[in-house]
Amino acid sequence: MSLLSPRPSERLRKGLEQRKGPKPMVRTPRERLNRRGSLETSAGGGGPKRSWLIVLVLCCATLATLDQTPVLEPARTAVGEVLSPLETGAAMVARPFTGVPEWFDTRDDLRDRLTKLEAENSTLRRQVEVNDYGRAKLAEYESITRAADDLGYALVPARVTAFGPAQTFNRTVTIDAGSAAGIRSDMSVVTGDGLVGRVLRVTKTSATVLLIVDAASVVGGRVGGADSAGKKSGQVGMVRGSGVVAGRSDAGLLTLDLVDQTAAPLKGETVITWGDGRAAPYVSGLPIGEVTDTFESVRDSSRTVRIKPYVDFGSLDVVGVVVPNDTVSDRAVVTPEGELR
Amino acid sequence: MSEMEARGSGAAPVLRNVLIGLLVVIAVVLQLSVAPAFAIRGITPDLALLVVVAVALARGGQAGLVAGFAAGVLLDLAPPADHTAGRWALALLIVGYVAGRVRENSTAHNGPGGPNALTVMVTVAACSFIGVSIFAVSGLILGEAPTTLLPTVLISVGYDLLLAPLLIPMLLWLIGKGD
Repeated sequence: MSLLSPRPSERLRKGLEQRKGPKPMVRTPRERLNRRGSLETSAGGGGPKRSWLIVLVLCCATLATLDQTPVLEPARTAVGEVLSPLETGAAMVARPFTGVPEWFDTRDDLRDRLTKLEAENSTLRRQVEVNDYGRAKLAEYESITRAADDLGYALVPARVTAFGPAQTFNRTVTIDAGSAAGIRSDMSVVTGDGLVGRVLRVTKTSATVLLIVDAASVVGGRVGGADSAGKKSGQVGMVRGSGVVAGRSDAGLLTLDLVDQTAAPLKGETVITWGDGRAAPYVSGLPIGEVTDTFESVRDSSRTVRIKPYVDFGSLDVVGVVVPNDTVSDRAVVTPEGELR
Repeated sequence: MSEMEARGSGAAPVLRNVLIGLLVVIAVVLQLSVAPAFAIRGITPDLALLVVVAVALARGGQAGLVAGFAAGVLLDLAPPADHTAGRWALALLIVGYVAGRVRENSTAHNGPGGPNALTVMVTVAACSFIGVSIFAVSGLILGEAPTTLLPTVLISVGYDLLLAPLLIPMLLWLIGKGD
């Protein structure tokens, strides 16, 4: 504004007044100034303005170019140093007003949000509560998968749903897989640790499993690994249950009556099942437990080996039922390769 | 007359320029700190652009140019900004120029008394469109591509139009007061 010369505008104003007739409002200084600005541009032909425009556009281009290098960082910092406190202050002062849009939330909106948050809350709480259980279950399933891989048999995973009461003196459990899952009676049941028992009878959706600790259970057992080269390895006998599910140190849960009464297995040796790979009730090569001690009965001249089972029968959850490889099942079958089919 | 001219070219311009500078700084600060609370789909009202339009409408293209450039540089350099400097400067500079041209034409045709309400609204819409578009397209050219171009520009124009009836008369009155 200070660049303008008042003369031409003054002349033009007078000319306009002559053309349009006198206007009393023109007398106020504000009108005059407004008008003078406009008239100056038309009179000056936009000369200074165009040059200003070009200069400032070039300034913008220069800025954009300079910003490709770190040259402008001090300027950014300086502007930030000055404006940041102002922004903080303005935001603080305006805080009561920045909440204004929320005032227009309707009661229904808020209720919807409340419902949604409550649902989310309960979902999250449930997730937190079952987290440990889920983790344990996952580990069980993984152990079943690993067992299938280790044992070389196809397994149908199942969950233990019921334990037989102790007063029946039968050590049985119910699992949630039945004939629809491809399970037949006399199939072997294992966990990742070792042999659990065999299937007694099946319904469509469940099966009853006789645990090897049942007093009536007899399993063919072999001391030592099948391929062990030791002298006392490969002793064959019958593993009988004691009828007790869990005892102190679990040592006496199973006993092994060896066919060769003179053999004395070493402590810590593994007992596995014997049989042929496909035959029921027990497939061969399933680990049962380890030898804890041996004692002789002089009276009937027999030798009894006590075995501690690998499986913890007090906390059975996920088990696997050994099935033929080509079993058709309504659920996933863990193949001998450790994969789900 | 001569007294008035002396006042117009003496101490008053300094005051006026200080007032405009203050308005620009306040607009930039508010746009960066308070306006995001009222964002529609993340798009905030362009308070600085409205101030530049008001300055150009009240004081002509020259003042609009300079105010636009200053506001733009501030927006380019103020903290949250991370785009190439000069983009807002260019956009608001053009906005100031265009709004200044509108004022010249309207005063030339309608005589003094400032542009009428309809002209102001159309100017705000056009300037907002031009400003945001220049900013977006310059980003496109510089490879800082915005994802949704047209909806962003349209919402921005709509928001500025919504605020214009509230802010522009107040700003014009303030700038006029400075005269």
